[in-house]
Amino acid sequence: MELQSWGRYPRVTQQRERPVTWTTEPLPVPAGGGTLLPYGQGRSYGDSCLNAGGSLLTTARLDRFLDFNPATGVLRCESGVTLDAILRLVTWQGWFLPVTPGTKFVSVGGAIANDVHGKNHHQAGTFGRHVPRFELLRSDGSRRVCSLEENRDWYEATIGGLGLTGLITWADIQLRRMSNPYILQETLPFGSLDEFLPLAHESEADYEFTVAWVDSLEKGRRLGRGLFYRGNHAPPQFDAVPLTRSHLSRQSGLAVPFDFPGFALNRLSVAAFNWLYYHRQRGKPSEGLVHYDPFFYPLDGVHRWNRIYGRRGFLQFQCVVPASDTGMAALREILERGARSGMPSFLTVLKMFGDVPSPGWMSFPRRGMTLALDFANRGERTYRLVAELDRVTREAGGRVYPAKDARMGPESFAAYYPERERFARYVDPAFSSSFWRRVNNLPAHLPSPAGRGTG
Amino acid sequence: MKKVLVLGATSAIAQSTVRLLSARGASLYLVGRNTERLEAVAKDARTRGAARVETETLDLDDATQHEALVERAAAALGGLDGALLAHGILGNQEAAQRSYAEAEKVLRTNFLSAVSLLTPLANRFEAQKAGTLVVISSVAGDRGRQSNYVYGASKGALNVFLQGLRNRLARSGVAVVTVKPGFVDTPMTAAMKKNALFAQPEKVARGILRAADARKDEVYLPGFWGPIMFAIRGIPERVFKRMKL
Repeated sequence: MELQSWGRYPRVTQQRERPVTWTTEPLPVPAGGGTLLPYGQGRSYGDSCLNAGGSLLTTARLDRFLDFNPATGVLRCESGVTLDAILRLVTWQGWFLPVTPGTKFVSVGGAIANDVHGKNHHQAGTFGRHVPRFELLRSDGSRRVCSLEENRDWYEATIGGLGLTGLITWADIQLRRMSNPYILQETLPFGSLDEFLPLAHESEADYEFTVAWVDSLEKGRRLGRGLFYRGNHAPPQFDAVPLTRSHLSRQSGLAVPFDFPGFALNRLSVAAFNWLYYHRQRGKPSEGLVHYDPFFYPLDGVHRWNRIYGRRGFLQFQCVVPASDTGMAALREILERGARSGMPSFLTVLKMFGDVPSPGWMSFPRRGMTLALDFANRGERTYRLVAELDRVTREAGGRVYPAKDARMGPESFAAYYPERERFARYVDPAFSSSFWRRVNNLPAHLPSPAGRGTG
Repeated sequence: MKKVLVLGATSAIAQSTVRLLSARGASLYLVGRNTERLEAVAKDARTRGAARVETETLDLDDATQHEALVERAAAALGGLDGALLAHGILGNQEAAQRSYAEAEKVLRTNFLSAVSLLTPLANRFEAQKAGTLVVISSVAGDRGRQSNYVYGASKGALNVFLQGLRNRLARSGVAVVTVKPGFVDTPMTAAMKKNALFAQPEKVARGILRAADARKDEVYLPGFWGPIMFAIRGIPERVFKRMKL
């Protein structure tokens, strides 16, 4: 099957698949000198996991656990292991992921390469902060164990390094304790973007997890209204609570069996969904005990949900802007432009990032407000909209998340990631990606440069 | 199966089965040709909960080692109550047509080495009047086709051997399970174009343990291969010989 990214845009051709099955063996030498790029579960949305004209080193079979110490919570595993597999191994032993993105179907390698974040960023920082050590295999056959103590530069380049510094073969993850699988969750409606900020601030200290859903259709006075979710792992007094259906609500086990036709997702259906989602809460705060699965992974219950966007796929846009008046103005403009567009965002998510630093030079999160929107791909109109959102972000001193991006140009990338030049020196000469070529003004289909094949 | 000898433990189907056995807390003696690969599989098994994992690097084509191997495994695990024979090669049909030496390699690995391993295993299990022998064969052994009849013959011969062994061991309470997978997405089939008939090794592994638990005789995995092979076996030879298969 043709390997795609989760947004299924852009589509690239002539990618060869080269499975990596054993950490101890050398990388496959690309036939004809083309470039290599690790590919885990394909959950990046744009083209950072694609390599047009080159090879993808698929890691689905690099999925062995190597060691787990239930006393310290340090897990060593191969880089193709998914967060889902980790949860299955450790949750019943009282451990949980230190940081988790909104899907558990990502590989450990992908989580490091994109330095993913979750609802606890304001307290725990990014995923990479909890990876004390990993091994990096380069195309020249060299292997480096990377940590803060050894090969520190390689460590910092590879966390958030988009898979370009080499293949991560295995990694250590420091898990966190958990007493039971429950989350105590509160849901608080807020009437506008201005009401979000105080809620986010007052929740930072006492709630490990915070995130807000935003009604993407509202404009004007109610712009940015939504539901604020905050929660914590439930304390030990909830250990004995038996798991019931209500704790697992919306865990349907459904799959989307085919591509929805383009008209299924239209302005009306998006509006209806967003209205219902907001009003289900009836304007009142509520509290509840939920299993971690629906709390962290609401969309994982519907396998291959990306198919609702049809064959043309969709574009994600996620930015972070400073938590200042400038940043607020930028968010307002982004939300307004999104709401006015012919095809508003289906699911819009807002969160306050904290100031816990990441070791990764190229790591996306930084202190400020992060907003994620998705747009069904309607061609030029959508690209223009995303370009506008990118411009607004740049002017506000924010940055865009490469794992979700399919459109940003070299100027934006340079503005967002000042460390890119230092980073580029650590890129493996035999590695490249469609994203990397796009943001560096290189040809989309890179002709194989002589002598580069084996690095 | 609590104390299991796994032969060809680094194969994709064996690895998936080892994971399931490990989660049940089984003790395992893993055998394969490549020490580093074996070590990775062993670490995975230990982390997933296997009570005990021992490894031995051995090329199973060397039949002189088989009796001693079974002894070593039983000594290391404190007995044996199960064995999974998962080693095998696909070979290259065209090469095997040109040269008997190539054909012999396929027959040696897939059939002769299995006979050689099953002899001490069967005798041990017969004597202890307990145990489960699980052998991975193939749907290819059900009927000879021009595209892979050497591989098919190795598996067909294996099937007949296992039928006889099952017949012999039935009164001793020893189960002999013939597993016939169809196409499985593994390194063995890396060169083949994948289609809807391909199954993931995890699914096949679940079927293997279900069959072993139920002490089944012969199973097709996934199950839809049962009716398919029934139909293929039913085609008269005078028609079959003209088909492009």
